[in-house]
Amino acid sequence: MPLDANTPDLRTEFKSVGTRPNRPDGVDKVTGRARFGADFSAPGQLVGLVLRSPHAHAKIKSIDTSAAEALPGVKAVITYKDIPEQAGCDKDVLVNIMARGTALYDGHAVAAVAATDAAVARKALKLIKVEYKVLKHVTDVDEAMKPGAPVIHPGRFEPVEFESLETASHVKGKEEKKTKTRAGSNIAGRYVFGHGDVDKGFKQADIIVEHEFKTEATHQGYIEPHACVASVSTDGMAELWVCTQGPFMVRDVCASLLGMDVSRLRVTPSEIGGGFGGKTTVFIEPVALALSRKAGKPVKVVMSRSEVFRCTGPTSSSSMWVRIGAKKDGTFVAADAVLKYQGGAFPGSPVEMGAMCAFACYDLRNVRIVGYDVVTNRPKQAAYRAPGAPMSAFAVEGVIGEIAEKLGMDAIDIRLKNAAKEGTVSSYGPTFGPVGLVETLEAAKAHKNYKVKLGKNQGRGVASGFWFNFAGNTCVSINLNVDGTLALALGTVDIGGSRASMCLIAAEELGISYDDVRAIIADTSSLGYNDISEGSRVTFSSGLATIKAVRDLKVRMCGRAAKIWGIPEDAVKWENGAAHPAGANAGGFDPLSIKEIAAQASATGGPLAGHYEVNAEGAGPSFATHVCDVEVDPETGAMKVLRYLVVQDAGKAIHPSYVEGQYQGGAVQGIGWVLNEEYFYGKDGTLQNAGFLDYRIPVCSDVPMIDTVIVEVPNPGHPYGVRGVGETSIVPPLACVANAVSSAIGVRARTLPMSPPKVLAALEGVNASKA
Amino acid sequence: MLKVRLGGTLVNKAGGRTEFEVEGANIMQMLRNLGRTCPELEPMLKKGVSVAVDGQIYRDAMLQPVGPDSEIILLPRMAGG
Repeated sequence: MPLDANTPDLRTEFKSVGTRPNRPDGVDKVTGRARFGADFSAPGQLVGLVLRSPHAHAKIKSIDTSAAEALPGVKAVITYKDIPEQAGCDKDVLVNIMARGTALYDGHAVAAVAATDAAVARKALKLIKVEYKVLKHVTDVDEAMKPGAPVIHPGRFEPVEFESLETASHVKGKEEKKTKTRAGSNIAGRYVFGHGDVDKGFKQADIIVEHEFKTEATHQGYIEPHACVASVSTDGMAELWVCTQGPFMVRDVCASLLGMDVSRLRVTPSEIGGGFGGKTTVFIEPVALALSRKAGKPVKVVMSRSEVFRCTGPTSSSSMWVRIGAKKDGTFVAADAVLKYQGGAFPGSPVEMGAMCAFACYDLRNVRIVGYDVVTNRPKQAAYRAPGAPMSAFAVEGVIGEIAEKLGMDAIDIRLKNAAKEGTVSSYGPTFGPVGLVETLEAAKAHKNYKVKLGKNQGRGVASGFWFNFAGNTCVSINLNVDGTLALALGTVDIGGSRASMCLIAAEELGISYDDVRAIIADTSSLGYNDISEGSRVTFSSGLATIKAVRDLKVRMCGRAAKIWGIPEDAVKWENGAAHPAGANAGGFDPLSIKEIAAQASATGGPLAGHYEVNAEGAGPSFATHVCDVEVDPETGAMKVLRYLVVQDAGKAIHPSYVEGQYQGGAVQGIGWVLNEEYFYGKDGTLQNAGFLDYRIPVCSDVPMIDTVIVEVPNPGHPYGVRGVGETSIVPPLACVANAVSSAIGVRARTLPMSPPKVLAALEGVNASKA
Repeated sequence: MLKVRLGGTLVNKAGGRTEFEVEGANIMQMLRNLGRTCPELEPMLKKGVSVAVDGQIYRDAMLQPVGPDSEIILLPRMAGG
């Protein structure tokens, strides 16, 4: 294999890659030694707390901080005035971290204090006098689109042409009435994807199924709350220790919001207790820096669980309509959808992503998806694993499940008949290269779970899902230690076992033991810019950069061996952890092991290191197929997941255990989304269930062992064939469980979550109609 | 000439037009010429878009070569979780 190849050569034989060693951060995490965001402390640090709006929508008439400032022990009080708008900063982020004139949702930050201890800080918050004028609010996406709805940002959004504010007129075949919103509406954008002639396609259909669906907002549910320690010195140099998925993003955004030079802010990421997309933006970090700047001391801010729910980004809630037409043999002839996602108080819901993913699993000649981005009085949504895709898949895969039932077709066969494959023009535009949906469907059909005979009140569901996967800016350094072991510096936060995977890749490239490589996550002053750990990009991008950095090091080590032997550099090759003389010199010298080269590094030219920086591209898309068996208690509506199977294309699994972990984690989060999780808002627009007692995420006793099958259809854009694996697994579960329930008791859930009272009510409705 | 198709938000900004023909040997040149042809797109192009070239999505690789036979589709800037 060329050492400096620009084009990936697909490697198919491995020694280290594909094995399952323990993760390097494992012992510390299970023994409590690992340092998470709240575990950092700085000498003389203050406690920072944030005052938050108790109203969903209110004009802030005045803020009086004088009494709080006069309280002994209080070192700083800030409002929006202490974070003035800087040229070029992201205005929505600025407004979200601290309200400016209007509180836009329950929990919106209004002021913050730094004090010598938590008791003083809490007392100071109570002394801040805020005079509000409560405004009308709206939290539901359909209500927010109606004429006369309270307008969140008067005059901000351009008028949008839309089919109808009432989806029903579009759905029920009434004459399509196009209207324009007022400039003062809550519709931030309308987006259209697709190709072909949808109306003509539906005329060819033997069967058409269409329905409306709704999903509630769910939180990423990471166990570790947001936490940071900020320290701004009197000379303007600053440090921030923080739990985040993107320390470089935090540095750049905070510097932009606070008017600092980027070089003056050093951000060190902690271990992360879950993020799932929710830690890809800033909330308390610039506030802590502003407090520290004003107080002249380090300030630690740790969110409570209630703050996490009220103020950080859950995913969007949605309201959708989907129509699919098929021939009697199951061939899809047309597909149409309207998706409405609310993204909280600011534009940017993931409706475009949801629209692009909605029908991506299928080869469709005629397809159209219209998406609406809507603002409401809720916290600004944040990314959540495959943002936007699980909701649209819930609707689309639900309709497909019903079509299969009505045609008497096997749920996997109908998907195989229509599956996207290499050469398919995707529903969002581009033509697919090599992809593995068919392989996941075939593996699911062959799995033992698909053959288990079901009992009374039991049912089986199937659903497929798609995610793009991304790459991006990545920078890696590898340093050879004096004893021949290696220090690998990565800039992508480890959110899924990536340090173990990178150590395996380095060991593979060098032909050495996994235990001889130690990977760390570097701070922002130690390594070049790295994009956020998001988009299922880390193993692909950092893996690619690690391969290249190691190959850079190998070239340098071969050069040292050539000097020692007195032969040309190109007459040396690297094999099995050692430099070997090659060509005419083969056998002329004993190989020099990596340990021998390291021992002589100082005497032969100095330290040895490899480095690579790249804006990686070529991440291959990923497909998954899930199969789920459930049992429903017809007397209570309670549901038990009996079996759950995830089959997903990983391209190449570097560390299979952590790939399986991603599959299982996505499935469990999806099961929580479909069965229990939701944001409850009261009539006053305040969140009613801001804690894990009332917002129920799945626990171990709620789910069976999640069975997994790793399909490997190599991605030609990576030297090992790697595809991202972190997000696709959360796309199918919503529909998969809903299809299973329909199969079990004949009730098709179209509103999530399918909590027992809803299932029971639907069952009673079915029984009443039979009577 | 390159054939460039638009998707999503970009279609709105381009007044409903979905396809353009512009010159360019790489993504950067193609986007620059597209902005000149359709100034309404310029702010969005500067803010950042994703470009699918022959099925491969590029978020930032401005120097990626493109040719008359390339399938080029402009998509909204994408991000994951």
